[in-house]
Amino acid sequence: MANILAFAEARSGELRKVALEVVTAARKLADATGGEVHALLVGAPGIAAKSDQLAQHGADVVLLCEHDAFERYNPEATSALAAERIKSGGYRAALFATSAMGRDLAPRVAGKLAAGIVTDVTAVELTGDTLTVKHPINIGKVIATVSIAGTPAVVSLRPNTYSPAANPKAGRVENVAPVGDPSATRVRVKEVVAGSSGKLDLAEAPVIVAGGRGLKAAENFKLVEDLADAFGNAAVGATRAVTDDGWRPHADQIGQTGRLVSPELYIAVGISGAVQHLAGMRTSKTIVAINKDKDAPIFKIADYGIVGDVFEIVPALTAAVREARKGH
Amino acid sequence: MKIAVCIKRVPDMDVRFRIASDGASVDETGVKFDLNDFDAWAVEAALQLKEKAGQGEVVVVSLGPNAVQETIRKALSMGADRGIHLQADRIPFDGFAIASALAAELKDGGYDLILFGKLSPDSSNGVTGPIVAELLDLACVTSISKLDMADGGGTAKRELEGAQEIVEFKLPAVLTVDEGLNTARYPSLKGIMAAKKKPLESKPAQLGEPKVKVEKLELPPERSAGKIVGEGVAAVPELVRLLHTEARVL
Repeated sequence: MANILAFAEARSGELRKVALEVVTAARKLADATGGEVHALLVGAPGIAAKSDQLAQHGADVVLLCEHDAFERYNPEATSALAAERIKSGGYRAALFATSAMGRDLAPRVAGKLAAGIVTDVTAVELTGDTLTVKHPINIGKVIATVSIAGTPAVVSLRPNTYSPAANPKAGRVENVAPVGDPSATRVRVKEVVAGSSGKLDLAEAPVIVAGGRGLKAAENFKLVEDLADAFGNAAVGATRAVTDDGWRPHADQIGQTGRLVSPELYIAVGISGAVQHLAGMRTSKTIVAINKDKDAPIFKIADYGIVGDVFEIVPALTAAVREARKGH
Repeated sequence: MKIAVCIKRVPDMDVRFRIASDGASVDETGVKFDLNDFDAWAVEAALQLKEKAGQGEVVVVSLGPNAVQETIRKALSMGADRGIHLQADRIPFDGFAIASALAAELKDGGYDLILFGKLSPDSSNGVTGPIVAELLDLACVTSISKLDMADGGGTAKRELEGAQEIVEFKLPAVLTVDEGLNTARYPSLKGIMAAKKKPLESKPAQLGEPKVKVEKLELPPERSAGKIVGEGVAAVPELVRLLHTEARVL
């Protein structure tokens, strides 16, 4: 029997979608050995209301820590608390999301526990005593199977690899106290500046419409935004060339040095398909490419391609998608 | 200000990788190597801080076989003052093992700042910097895309999903660098000449016991090229039909 700790990521009082993905993955892992899932939920007073959602996705226990010092992400106090819980609870593994928060938090926890860690994992399996993960290396061109020795193993999951699944459990809430004074830290998040409001994030959007140099000018990204709007559940991304030119913020960059995404549908508009861009999106489930150059490398990995002028095709596609989605 | 920058020699990603005969490593035949992009931005950040302060020292540290000395020389030719090479037969996959060796080297160095790139594209874990911070019990901010130093500390910006965090930290600190912080300078001819005379110390790495092991490497299934639906606006209705009936995403 192996109990699994799932870190339930929340921001501004709301659970992130990745929190449910992590609990879902933890449930699968725990079920393999008849163990329990304990979800660690940390936030400002009021976050307790989110416990039930974690129970609905498979948490047997919700370890709840409410404190004003957790209103924003508090890296030192959160990692101290997580490490202390993982140690005292004797968990076989601790799962995090490979999100901005999880990328920061998981290695801190591994460092404190002197535990083995692998991040950005696309599968995790527990067979007997052996915990193995799949982890893309060399920008996704090679897939490594990695074993993690010792207990606990610290693993962070690539977003969108485990779909949140309902699996109601008791979700008994246990209050836990911060370790030491959570306000006395050397690092403090002073402010969270929200991005363009209401827009879906690249990591969570089921559809991504991305633009490249083929759009010719920053203002032409309007075409990409309109197409994303037509889907209603799409985020906008860009290539490195575009973010380097300042047409879009760096945060929108998809690729080797930017975001790694794997949406249900990826539409590449005026993107030739440089290797560094493909690294960030090649695991998308369906890829559509629109480009004037029929020999562009993007067509080699696209499921569907249209060759031609993006300035004519994209508005037509936007209109057709709006029509198809009427009544949604 | 005394700044250490931990840098890594990484393979050029613009190739078709082959798996070596052991099934658990990449065949390096014909693969070119260079300084990791994120680490180049970390070196640049350190140089800019030193230049702004008008004094200080920038020390670059790299772990691996003798070939990493070439990578250290590149950072020296950009303007770093001296290099430390931690010898190991190969660069381990395990971030904890690397972090242990770096922490042992950096522990008594009296550094105000220790900089890392946020990630290396080969092992793709992004854990070395924050683990070093934990092992040395230092303040740490990861993936920064903006940095302002003040007395005894600084303020950094981190990109989140759909938002940004403004983070204050105290010195000494570990920072890991994201894209957008700066543009790395190219080594000048003068810099390349000067780098040849800069001190480069080489000593065995005190690698920790590895906690993770690569059991197997595989190439991902090739994405089969799909179909060109057609040319121009005329192809749009057929694309929409395929997205609806075949891909079922619309």
